[in-house]
Amino acid sequence: MFKVIYNGEIEAKAHKDVFGNTLAELAAEDKDVVYLDADLMNSSGTYKFWKENPTRAINCGISEANMMGVAAGLSAMGKKPFAHTFGPFASRRCFDQVFLSIAYAKNNVRIYGSDAGVTAAFNGGTHMPFEDMALMRAIPHATVIDVADGVELAAVLKQSKDREGLTYIRSTRKNNYQIYDPSSEFEIGKGNIIRDGKDATIIACGIMVGESMKAADMLAEKGLDVRVVDMFTVKPVDAELVKKCAEETGAIVTAENHNIVGGLGDAVSAVLLEECPVPLKKVGVNDEFGQVGPQDYLQEVYGLTAENVAKTVEEIIASKG
Amino acid sequence: MDRKELLELQKFATQIRIETVKQVGIRGFGHLGGALSIADALAVLYGKVMNIRPDDPKWADRDVMVCSKGHAGPAVYSTLALKGYFPMEMLETLNQPGTKLPSHCDRNLTPGVDMTTGSLGQGVSTALGMALAQKLDNKDSKTYLFIGDGECNEGQVWEGAMFAHQHKLGNLVAFVDDNGKQLDGYTKDVMDVGNIAAKFESFGWDATTIDGHDIEAIVDAIEAALKVTDKPSCIVLKTVKGKGVKDLEDMMLNHHVRIDDDFTNKGLAELEEVMAGIEKELANV
Repeated sequence: MFKVIYNGEIEAKAHKDVFGNTLAELAAEDKDVVYLDADLMNSSGTYKFWKENPTRAINCGISEANMMGVAAGLSAMGKKPFAHTFGPFASRRCFDQVFLSIAYAKNNVRIYGSDAGVTAAFNGGTHMPFEDMALMRAIPHATVIDVADGVELAAVLKQSKDREGLTYIRSTRKNNYQIYDPSSEFEIGKGNIIRDGKDATIIACGIMVGESMKAADMLAEKGLDVRVVDMFTVKPVDAELVKKCAEETGAIVTAENHNIVGGLGDAVSAVLLEECPVPLKKVGVNDEFGQVGPQDYLQEVYGLTAENVAKTVEEIIASKG
Repeated sequence: MDRKELLELQKFATQIRIETVKQVGIRGFGHLGGALSIADALAVLYGKVMNIRPDDPKWADRDVMVCSKGHAGPAVYSTLALKGYFPMEMLETLNQPGTKLPSHCDRNLTPGVDMTTGSLGQGVSTALGMALAQKLDNKDSKTYLFIGDGECNEGQVWEGAMFAHQHKLGNLVAFVDDNGKQLDGYTKDVMDVGNIAAKFESFGWDATTIDGHDIEAIVDAIEAALKVTDKPSCIVLKTVKGKGVKDLEDMMLNHHVRIDDDFTNKGLAELEEVMAGIEKELANV
């Protein structure tokens, strides 16, 4: 079970520290855990782990395609590889290697793509993945995850250790709103209702979970009672929960730090259209490239704000009539 | 190596060629040229060098082989069937609906195939991961890798070349099948890969170039490579694409070919003649 402690505050620990610590924990508990990076250890909270465990941390240099293949080969021999690089380089840079050497060949590899969407901020458009989930969703049997906070990141990293096939996890390297109490437990493939409501449901992932909680507070002040779901597993999306929310609240707004083409909104709308059609609106990047700037500025530019989520929810509730 | 062992390996290589031509002949088309060019190296690996258990293909301490030029699948399948990994009759199913023997090697379908390959360059990296895993587990087992000369066009090959040196993968032996041709013609006309051994050497590998159809030279080169334990080894095999079937050797564009019964039977007759010569010599040893 999970416990929500959202209060509008930012979490204390940066995700890169969560990643580094969790990796060290997993490596200590399981001798088969190995970690690969493409010359980003000093940016990812794992530099110390590399220096302390030179055989368990494998620096592949700036060669993402080769890294994904090496990870696949390690898996074929029984190792449990975790491979990290920035999201765009973990997905589009080496898509065929991820698709074939890992997924098609049925190797078990966990890929962590950091700097999801606008959290790439000052690295700008070249480093800003708005399409990584779309690419990974297109790979048969892949698991695709966008975490809401560091508690969830640690939990899914641990759960993915023995998971079969390709697991892609994206998040910021920095800090999100804190959502969960550290005692919380999660199940990959199951969404979490983190705030109940009856007028509409916001289904969100990643940084948009905190924004959606903030939006729900704003809407409550206007007398609207809105449910918020943390759909951290974007694939396989929790279809039962999507249906339940559609039936119980009659309208859905999705919110994601990703292009609305191929991301969470599309995953949810596919379920709704086939199973339980109700009004749906998608908040996300509207088919644009990334650009440079502070994260809050970029969230404004692309409409990834609590204000825009709240406005969209109001519109959809009005459209229900 | 004594005369008998040499003849036995030559016989094995010829059997591999015969079964490969039969497989492709039954289906009527396939990647025959680049399959026949590596038959001798496959015979040495599976007939003498590799520590394997055909009745236990996933044996954890086995030597592994990655055929990164995955289109040479038919030659690999012939080798594995002849070693007893699966029944010889299965070779008749190449590329038939529901087959376990697809054009390109698939570790999930074919007993004895250690890695899925086909998208060129990718088998290099997966082989490195396998060699690294053997090293991390302090195993004596080795990883053998086949790369095509045309495949060396792929940047991933050279990313892997750097990685193998950096991580001192002394348990890795890579063969480059330098048959001088790629799909669209001679490599020198399409994308000249230059001096392959010199390139690998400059990446920090131990590298040598030999006649890829000379069984003794292949055995010697592998033995020398296995003595190098602080860096990866590359053995460039100078080969003929389509080796053993005259009409195929003479065909300019012989990467993927359509062949009829006459072509197949003529090729098989040539190979059977080679086989008869070897058998005759063997009887006198």
